[in-house]
Amino acid sequence: MALSLKVNGKTVAPEVDPTTPLLYVLRDSLGLKGPRFGCGLGQCGACTVLLDGQATRSCQVPVGTIQGHAVTTLEGLGTPESPHPLQQAFIDAQAAQCGYCSNGMIMTAKAFLDKNPHPSEAQVRQALAGNLCRCGTHMRIMKAVLGAASGQGASA
Amino acid sequence: MSDPQVTRRQLLAGAGMAAGGLVVGFALGRVLNGAAPPATVAGAATPAASAAATGSATAAATAIPAVVATGTPPASQIDAWLSIGRDGGVTVYSGKVELGTGIETALSQVVAEELDLAVGRVAMIMGDTTETPNQGYTAGSLTLQSTVPILRNAAAATRQILMGLASSYLGVPAAQLTLKDGVVTGGGKQVGYGQLVGGGGLYQEIPAHVPVKDYHTYTVVGTPVPRVDIPGKMTGTFTYMQDVKVAGMLHGRVVRPAGVGATLKTIDPTSVGSLPGLVKVVRLGNFVGVVAQEEWQAIQAAQTLQVTWNLVHALPAEADLYKDLTSEKTVDKVEVNDGDVDAALKAAAKTLSATYTWPYQAHASIGPSCAIADVGKKAATVWSSTQGVYPLRDALAGLIGLPPDGVRVIYVEGAGCYGHNGFDDVAADAALLSQAVGKPVRVQWMRGDEFIWEPKGPAMQHQLRGAVSASGAVAAWDFQSWTPTHSTRPSGMPGNLLAGQLIVPPAPPAKNGFVGGDRNAPVNYTFSPRRVTIHWLPSSPLRPSALRSLGGAANTFANESFMDELAAAAGADPIAFRLRHLHDARAAAVIQAVAKLAGWQSRPSPAPGKPGQGRGIAFTRYENTLAYVATVAEVAVDTSTGAIRLLHVYVAHDCGQVVNPDGLRNQIEGNAIQSASRAVKEQVTFNRDQVTSVDWATYPILTFLEVPQVDVVLLDHPDQPVWGAGEIATEPTAAAIANAVFDATGARVRSVPLTADRVKAAL
Repeated sequence: MALSLKVNGKTVAPEVDPTTPLLYVLRDSLGLKGPRFGCGLGQCGACTVLLDGQATRSCQVPVGTIQGHAVTTLEGLGTPESPHPLQQAFIDAQAAQCGYCSNGMIMTAKAFLDKNPHPSEAQVRQALAGNLCRCGTHMRIMKAVLGAASGQGASA
Repeated sequence: MSDPQVTRRQLLAGAGMAAGGLVVGFALGRVLNGAAPPATVAGAATPAASAAATGSATAAATAIPAVVATGTPPASQIDAWLSIGRDGGVTVYSGKVELGTGIETALSQVVAEELDLAVGRVAMIMGDTTETPNQGYTAGSLTLQSTVPILRNAAAATRQILMGLASSYLGVPAAQLTLKDGVVTGGGKQVGYGQLVGGGGLYQEIPAHVPVKDYHTYTVVGTPVPRVDIPGKMTGTFTYMQDVKVAGMLHGRVVRPAGVGATLKTIDPTSVGSLPGLVKVVRLGNFVGVVAQEEWQAIQAAQTLQVTWNLVHALPAEADLYKDLTSEKTVDKVEVNDGDVDAALKAAAKTLSATYTWPYQAHASIGPSCAIADVGKKAATVWSSTQGVYPLRDALAGLIGLPPDGVRVIYVEGAGCYGHNGFDDVAADAALLSQAVGKPVRVQWMRGDEFIWEPKGPAMQHQLRGAVSASGAVAAWDFQSWTPTHSTRPSGMPGNLLAGQLIVPPAPPAKNGFVGGDRNAPVNYTFSPRRVTIHWLPSSPLRPSALRSLGGAANTFANESFMDELAAAAGADPIAFRLRHLHDARAAAVIQAVAKLAGWQSRPSPAPGKPGQGRGIAFTRYENTLAYVATVAEVAVDTSTGAIRLLHVYVAHDCGQVVNPDGLRNQIEGNAIQSASRAVKEQVTFNRDQVTSVDWATYPILTFLEVPQVDVVLLDHPDQPVWGAGEIATEPTAAAIANAVFDATGARVRSVPLTADRVKAAL
C-alpha cells in the first residue's frame, strides 16, 4: 500500500507494509543514513527523528500511523557543506568518536533547544538522559549543545 | 617478480629497478600507465632529464611485464602503503582500520607532514584484502605505534623520490628545492607531485634508513587537526557498514539457539510460509536463518519461525561463578618470582590478603553488528566491520569452502566495537545465508543477538597477599589471578565463528592459546620480593574475547586496589606511597601531573571523619613497557544506600609523541567514561542456559545523568616514539573509583561492578 509522508520537506509515497517501523522506511525505502538502528526497543535513541518537531524514536512508530505527518531526519537539518548550527557545534567540539549515536544526540538536542533555547548544563544532561553513547563522548556532546545554545558554537 | 602478489598499481618487474634506480623506475611506471612522462617533457629543456628519459626507455623495452598481476605489493615497498594520483593527492593503504578512534586523521597527519601536503589531500583506504597490507588485527592500541613509523618512512622515501625527480625535471639541484602543498619549487620553477609521479608506481623498497623530518619543524603532527570523518557523521552522509547497499541484496536474520550449546529439536518452515517477502528458511545443522526481500520482513520471519531446542544447561549458576573459576584445573604460569615471597610474608610485621573479582562484561556497541556477503561458486565478497580483514577472510574461506584468495573482505566502519564483538560472527552468518540463496545477503544482528552472543570480556578473580615493613615500605607482594584467554578471534579458523560452531559437523576452533589475561599482571613498582602467578583457565562458560584493555582492566583493579590497601596499612598518603616505590621519571611525572590537576591533598585514606566524599588514585603502564597513565577519581557515596555518584575523573597521560592532541584527549575521555561505566554498573548476567543481559534495561551503562566530569592533561614527548592510546586509560579507572570509595567511607569494595548493594554491604 502506498503511504504519503513528508520527509525533509518532500512528499514521498513508499510502498511498504503500514506496520513497518518508520526507521526501516527511512533507511531502506528512502535511503537515508542519519537515523540508525541501535536497539529497536526505544531504549538508546540512535533512531531519533523529528515528527512534527517532536523528538521521536523512529523504531517504535509504525509508518502507517503517521500518514501525512512531517518527518525531519539528520539530513534535513544540514549538509557537510552547509551544516545546521547544531551540527556545526558538534563538528566544532569534535563531539563524536564512532558517531553512531550522534544522530540521536543531535535530533534530541534540536527538539530540546527549540523549546529551551538557553538551558543549563543540568537541563542538557536531563534532556539527553535517554540517549546512550558507548564511546564516552558525553562531555563533548554537552559542550556542543551548550555551545549551540549560546549561539557561539563550541571550540574544540 | 617471483612474488605472486605483485602489484595493483601497474607496477613492473624488478628488472626495472635494477636497471636504473628512481628515475628509470618512475619513467617505466609512466610508460606502463600509457601517459606521457613529464621527464620526457623536461628532457627537451634539460639534458639531465633527457638522459634519464632515454635510459628509462631502454630499460622499458626489456622490463615491461607481459601481465600485470593484481594484489597487494610486498609490504617492504612504498607503494604497498601509499600512492600519488595524477591530481597530486595521496592515497594511503592501511591494514589498520578506523574504529571511530580517529586513526584515519592521525595517520593522514603523519603522511601529510612528511610530504608537505594538506591533510585533506590524503585519502585512506583501510582494510581491504585486495588493496591493503596484511597488518593483522586493529587492536591492542597498536595502530599508531606500529603504523606511524612505517607510513612516516614510506612518505619520507616518497619525498626523496619526488626531490630526485623534480631535480631532474626542473634542472635544479635537490638541495635548492622546497616542497609545499603538493608542489616542488626551485630555481624559479615548479612542478606538482601529480606531474612527477601521478598514477605511477612508487614501487621502490622503503630504505632501512630514510631521512625523516625533524620534529621541531612539524606543522601538522602534534596539532589538533579536526577529524576528517566527523562532518559526514554529523550530517548523515557518512556510510557506515550498516548503511552499505549492494545491488540485488536480500536481508537475512539468524534464529539463535535458546541456550549455550543447545541443539535444534524441531523446526517448522510452514510457520513462516505465508509471510510476504520470504525467500528461504535456511538450516545447516544448528544454524538456522531466514532470508527475505526486505529487512522488516526478515525480522518478522525470524520472530515468527517456530523452532524448539534441546537445552543442555551448559552454564554454571551465576552465584557459583567465582567458585567455579578457582576450583577448575588450570595451567599455571609464574610470570615474576624474584625472591622468597613466602618467607617475607611470614617475617613481616603487617600482612594483608584480599580477593578481588571482575565480572563478564559486554562490548555493548551502540550499533549491532552488520555485514553483507555475496558468495558465488568460485568467489565471494564480504563487507564487514572486522578488526582483521585477513584473518576473517581465511576463516570465511574455510567456512564456505573457497580458497582464501577467492574471498575478498572489505572493511567498512561500523559502530564503535572496543574489541572483538559480533562483527566477525555476523559476516559468517551473511556468508552462509548468501551461499544458501545465491545472492548477496545483508545481516544485522538485533539488540538481543548482540548482547547474548557477542564474545564477552571474561570474568576474572584475583588473590593478593602483601606485607609492609616497619618503615612503611612494601616488603612482599604475591599476585594470583584466574583467567581464561581473552582472545577467540577468527585467526583464520571457521570454528572461531559462531556460525562455524553451529553447523554440523562444527568447524574445529582455532587454538589461540592463552592471550591477554596476563596483561599488566605484574606491577611497575620496584619492591621485592614479588611473585606473579597466572592460573589460566582452559575454558570459559561464556565465550571470552578481547574487550578494551583485556585482562589489564581487572588486573589493574586488583593491583591498584591492593596498593591502596597497603598504603592505608602503612598509614601513608596513596600518592606518596606509590612514588616511594617507583623509580621511573615518566611514571612519577604522570602521577605528579594528575595530583596537580586534581588538587590532591597529601594525607592517608580514609579521609578524616569519613565524610562520604573522597578521592582515589591508580596508576599503570600499558603492558608494563608502553604508555603511562594515572587517574584520580572523586566520588560521593550515599551512606544510607551505598550509591556512588561519580563527581570527577582526572587523567594524566604520556604516550610519547602526540600526533593529534584533541583526538588523543577524545580517546582518553572516552576510555575514562566507558571504564567508569564498567566499574560501577556493568555485569553480564546469565542463567543455566543463556545470557540474561539482553538489552539496555538489563545491561545498563552510564547515562548523561551519571557521567563524571573528565579532565585530561597530556604529557607530550615529541622526541619520543608514538605509543598507542586506544585503551590504556581504561585500566586504572575502576581502582581509582574503589580507592575513592574507601577514602570517602572507609569501606573497601573488591568486586566490580561497585554497585550500591556492594558498597552498602562493605560500609
